[in-house]
Amino acid sequence: MTSSVPPAPTATSTHASASASASASASASASASARPLLEVRDVRKTYHLPRGQTLKAVDGISLSVMPGEVLGLVGESGCGKSTLGRCLLRLMDVSSGEILFEGQDITHLKERALRPLRQRMQMVFQDSYASLNPRRRIGDLLAEPLKVHPGPDGRKRARATIINRLHELMDLVSLPVGALDRYAHEFSGGQRQRINIARALALSPRLVVADEPVSALDVSVQAQIVNLFADLQARLGLTYVFVAHDLAVVRQISTRVAVMYLGAVVELGETDAVLHRPAHPYSAALTAAVPRPMVGAVRAAPLGGDIPSPVARPAGCRFHTRCPFVQDRCRTEEPVLRKIGPSHSVACHFPLAEG
Amino acid sequence: MPAETAPPMAAPLLDVRDLCVSFPSRGRMIPIVEHVSFTLGERDILGLVGESGSGKSVTAMALMGLIDSPGVQITGSALFRGQELVGLPQKQLRRLRGREIAMIFQDPMTAFTPVYTIGWQIDEQIRAHERLSRKQARARTVELLAEMGVPDPARTADRYPHQLSGGLRQRAMIAMALSCNPSLLIADEPTTALDVTVQAQILELIRSLRSTYGSSVLLITHDMGVVAETCDTTLVLYSGRVAETGPTDALFAHPGHPYTAALLASIPPLDGPRPHRLPAIAGAPPPPLERPAGCAFAPRCAYVHDTCLPAPPPPLVPTGYHPLTAQPDEASAHTSAAGTSPPPVQFAACVLPAEGTPLPARLTHSELSTKPNFDTPDQALPPPTSFSSGEAHQ
Repeated sequence: MTSSVPPAPTATSTHASASASASASASASASASARPLLEVRDVRKTYHLPRGQTLKAVDGISLSVMPGEVLGLVGESGCGKSTLGRCLLRLMDVSSGEILFEGQDITHLKERALRPLRQRMQMVFQDSYASLNPRRRIGDLLAEPLKVHPGPDGRKRARATIINRLHELMDLVSLPVGALDRYAHEFSGGQRQRINIARALALSPRLVVADEPVSALDVSVQAQIVNLFADLQARLGLTYVFVAHDLAVVRQISTRVAVMYLGAVVELGETDAVLHRPAHPYSAALTAAVPRPMVGAVRAAPLGGDIPSPVARPAGCRFHTRCPFVQDRCRTEEPVLRKIGPSHSVACHFPLAEG
Repeated sequence: MPAETAPPMAAPLLDVRDLCVSFPSRGRMIPIVEHVSFTLGERDILGLVGESGSGKSVTAMALMGLIDSPGVQITGSALFRGQELVGLPQKQLRRLRGREIAMIFQDPMTAFTPVYTIGWQIDEQIRAHERLSRKQARARTVELLAEMGVPDPARTADRYPHQLSGGLRQRAMIAMALSCNPSLLIADEPTTALDVTVQAQILELIRSLRSTYGSSVLLITHDMGVVAETCDTTLVLYSGRVAETGPTDALFAHPGHPYTAALLASIPPLDGPRPHRLPAIAGAPPPPLERPAGCAFAPRCAYVHDTCLPAPPPPLVPTGYHPLTAQPDEASAHTSAAGTSPPPVQFAACVLPAEGTPLPARLTHSELSTKPNFDTPDQALPPPTSFSSGEAHQ
């Protein structure tokens, strides 16, 4: 796992952050090339609504994901974290901006040109039941990607190779081989999520985007799946973009965290820095609002108001309507994401912490 | 369940004894809720916590008389101010519901009808129970909405549910529930559909109800954090049975049932050091028909041994911990009736306390007496080592 990774380079500061990472990276050898696996430059996703309204679901996001790291995307509903996650894999087309995977610009690749790359980037979704065809056996579902994509030698995989791989996959996610002959409804939620993970791993991807993969699970099962994600990452050298609203889960799994609010990243940095020394008032409020399973925990006053509608985003700082520290400048001038430490950036005029 | 309330106290607002709910399926009865007992005092907040399928919502629906599926069997007793709720005719239930006992649901979008304004729906509820003119009812509605922290209440009352945000809808629903000043509010996962910053607002509102409205609250949730922050008393359900019950502070500090302890340990901590691996509980809760004859948690329990397996399931016994002294009180398990020591308040359906090997405390006593400071690393809850091994063989 790379412990120190560059912060999101804004379109203009790519240079600076790249050199910062090279010098600061204690484990530069792990990411030999020090080249990001995934890079996002000023990506926007805009929906045009009736009556000339526009909804900016993703509003100019730039960040990069290094090989072997886990980037957590957190935020409340409507902040654009799922939309961004889907844009990363080109499951949705972006309105503007660039997405680079392994250094290659994939923003406008045609579906046919994209297909070979699909093997190396996969997704796990929240609803483990809806993601599995109820009328097909698990074995068929898992074999599908192995049949669609050619093997490493460029030829169709042999039947025996596929069956071997299926057994390997079952072992990876700790399910009995007998599961391959059964149907999705015969499994519990946790087991179904293991199957989804197995399918995502079938083609040995480098990048896995997981969209709320444990939020539909009960706590006692959730811990198993979080552990599984961590184990697989260590074992296979995977890179994750982990989208979740549960800060505790994100903290457990992520190397770095990007906090999103109304379509933009408001803070980005190493997990413990963002969660324990938050620089953005929103990150601070978000962390404070999570109820701790502990009696007598000191409770901060909750943030007032609701998240504004993304259709009518506030002018100036997007958080100013709820910010306890709002000042005049925040109402007019929009803060940009700027570096406050070697690997910590914040979009706030008056950050709570430096570096 | 042993008698736990002190005799001179007034009768509790709600006294549930041995509540069982079974549904018929393919010719046999499936026990969904088995022998659930609890009491809820005036102005108390009781948390009913459990995972999906643990029977927490069915318990609440049974109390409200809202289960009308054919062939359902509800036995036991639920005394509300001395009046039996189980088996009460619908006509009399209707007089109680809304006026004396109100309920709020997880999803305020589906609980409101989309074709009428919020105000219309709250007015209707008020006028169903009290003789008020439309104007008077609307005045009360606007006042209620204002008290629930709804900005611009008069205009909000004229809006339709889909025009409000999730947080505002939930506030409107609480306003509707409180419109006839009920003495009991049943809240079924009231914050689960809400974002965490809005959840904090709604939980604060629920906590404030007892002082402003004198209401008792039965809070149903799956979130241990919500229970810890909101409830006076906690009842942990597992697979339709009570696993543990006690004052929230005692229960969180000294979980008496291995399930409670393991559940708390498996929650990723937001403060303190990050555990390398989460101490997960192996497997999944059993479906009702495959529920073991003995302890329902036995197949997943790190402490399972021979005495756990045979029927009947272990009864609720005092865990031996006392919140007053905040230390293990071995004597209380045997001499509670004598009155020399305060009566036990925390009970677990587990054989361990009776066998003299209660679970280790979650926090040390000195940490209990002071407010936990989450920045100190030694605050990380050490789970019993036996939980950290063996998982994933679902």
